[in-house]
Amino acid sequence: MAGLEDLYKEIVIDHYRSPRNWGELETPPAKHAEGLNPLCGDEVHVYVQVEDGVITDIAIGGQGCSISKASASMMSAAIKGKSLSEVDELTSAVKQMMSIHEQSLDEDDSGVLHEPPDVELGDLEALKGVVKYPVRIKCATLSWHTLAEALQS
Amino acid sequence: MSTDAGAEHELDVAAIRADFPIFDGPVNDRDLIYLDSSGTSQKPRQVLEAMDAFYVEANANVHRGAYYLSDQASRRMEGARTKVARFIGASEPEEVVFTKNATEALNLIAASWGRANLQTGDAVVLTVIEHHANIVPWHMLAEERGIELRFIGIGDDGHLDLSNLDTLLDGAKLVSFTAMSNVLGTLTPVARIAEAAHAAGALVAIDACQYVPHLPTRLADLGVDFMAFSGHKMCGPTGVGVLWARRDLLEAMPPFLGGGGMIANVTTDGFTTAAVPHKFEAGTPPIAEIVGLGAAVDYLDSLSMEAVRRHEVELTAYFLRTIKERHGDDVVVHGPSEPAERGGVFSFSYKDVHPHDISQVLDEHGVNVRAGHHCAKPLMKELGVGATARASLYIYNNESDVDRLVEALDDASDLFSF
Repeated sequence: MAGLEDLYKEIVIDHYRSPRNWGELETPPAKHAEGLNPLCGDEVHVYVQVEDGVITDIAIGGQGCSISKASASMMSAAIKGKSLSEVDELTSAVKQMMSIHEQSLDEDDSGVLHEPPDVELGDLEALKGVVKYPVRIKCATLSWHTLAEALQS
Repeated sequence: MSTDAGAEHELDVAAIRADFPIFDGPVNDRDLIYLDSSGTSQKPRQVLEAMDAFYVEANANVHRGAYYLSDQASRRMEGARTKVARFIGASEPEEVVFTKNATEALNLIAASWGRANLQTGDAVVLTVIEHHANIVPWHMLAEERGIELRFIGIGDDGHLDLSNLDTLLDGAKLVSFTAMSNVLGTLTPVARIAEAAHAAGALVAIDACQYVPHLPTRLADLGVDFMAFSGHKMCGPTGVGVLWARRDLLEAMPPFLGGGGMIANVTTDGFTTAAVPHKFEAGTPPIAEIVGLGAAVDYLDSLSMEAVRRHEVELTAYFLRTIKERHGDDVVVHGPSEPAERGGVFSFSYKDVHPHDISQVLDEHGVNVRAGHHCAKPLMKELGVGATARASLYIYNNESDVDRLVEALDDASDLFSF
């Protein structure tokens, strides 16, 4: 519908309808974390299998809106097979993409946006429209925060 | 306002809307279809003007100076206390304690009355449909005191399951529950539960946040010992809530917060407290907000709460009928199906569309509804959902608002159903 096409891009709806890597992995050996959005009750589960510094397998689950589910699905597809350092870079790039309009205490006041790191975002680029809807940014970043928790666990 | 006048009077919604400046212009370039009054109500000009007038004409701290202006400020604040007391049928203004919100009022009951009266093993009875504000303070006290929390369950059609009430009340010291669910709209049988609780030797507190703004409130009919509600859901400003309690209870309770305004005397050895209600109002109160709440009460009185209730019952019936006619089984409205047994709060699910997405799509049409767990996670669990979309009605809503919501849902279907 008019007005929402930036938010609900076709690729986002596609990931929402058919989330990739949906399911669970056995823990251990996989690491697991559950992320909650206390504002709306959304929850996301992230399972990651790490071998020799590489994410060899990932599964996602939980319940959430189209943005949170699509974001988790896109994330899972983007990081599978990637090294932990590549995942770090991707995480920073996504967070930077999402936090353009967020206030930060250490932000300089020049009004100049920092250049995003030189990382290929692929499908994840489609979530850029979310920044126009600040309430939904947390939906989009929940799975990435949960991934970081799982990797640290 | 007499009951007779209320019986004849009907709400003039067009005139009411004209009193609310937010409906004057577009919001985000759209007509505002505001259906989140359970979250907070909009504010009429009369309330905004009363608060403005306080700052312009009478601003000074209260209960402090002998000077004229301070006396004027105190009079306006205490005048508001009297209005609120009359509005709920309290026997005297001193039973009305101003807090910063209803949450603080409920915390005050738990922290003051609870700590003074509850020991390890004592039971407090709640319900599974409570707002977190009437659960968490009791969890906190349970951790501190080892009290036992018991929960009345949910039965058919969104009503409480009272079949085991006697068992739950056995040995209970307090029953604390909502008078109207902020999720289901369910009106609970307050007087019946209060009578049973009193017979079992327990006191009764109600969370009346969704009740006082929408129904005529007569404390004598409700038969409770404590009642908490917020100002901002009844046309008043944010920042002020109310705890009403029986005077003898307030007098026996220890103070809640300590500081200026709540003392009779302070020495290096200790302090004595002021009389109620000031004993519970430490520090400078939200004076302008209290004055605003007084104006809100005047405004609602001028409409007649009987007429407000009749309007909402009619609009509730219209909502339930219209959404079913258009969307049939695609929509599930939680809570009582009989308009007389509920308020105008509708948590609904629509096909498999997530409430966030429903709310986002409706927002494109200017239709404001809440999405989430509504601070009632135990109830969400009972309903077997993570979240719901919630539309809620008030005095300024009309059938056209309901129509706009019901029509806009089609777009959610186009985008998300598969």
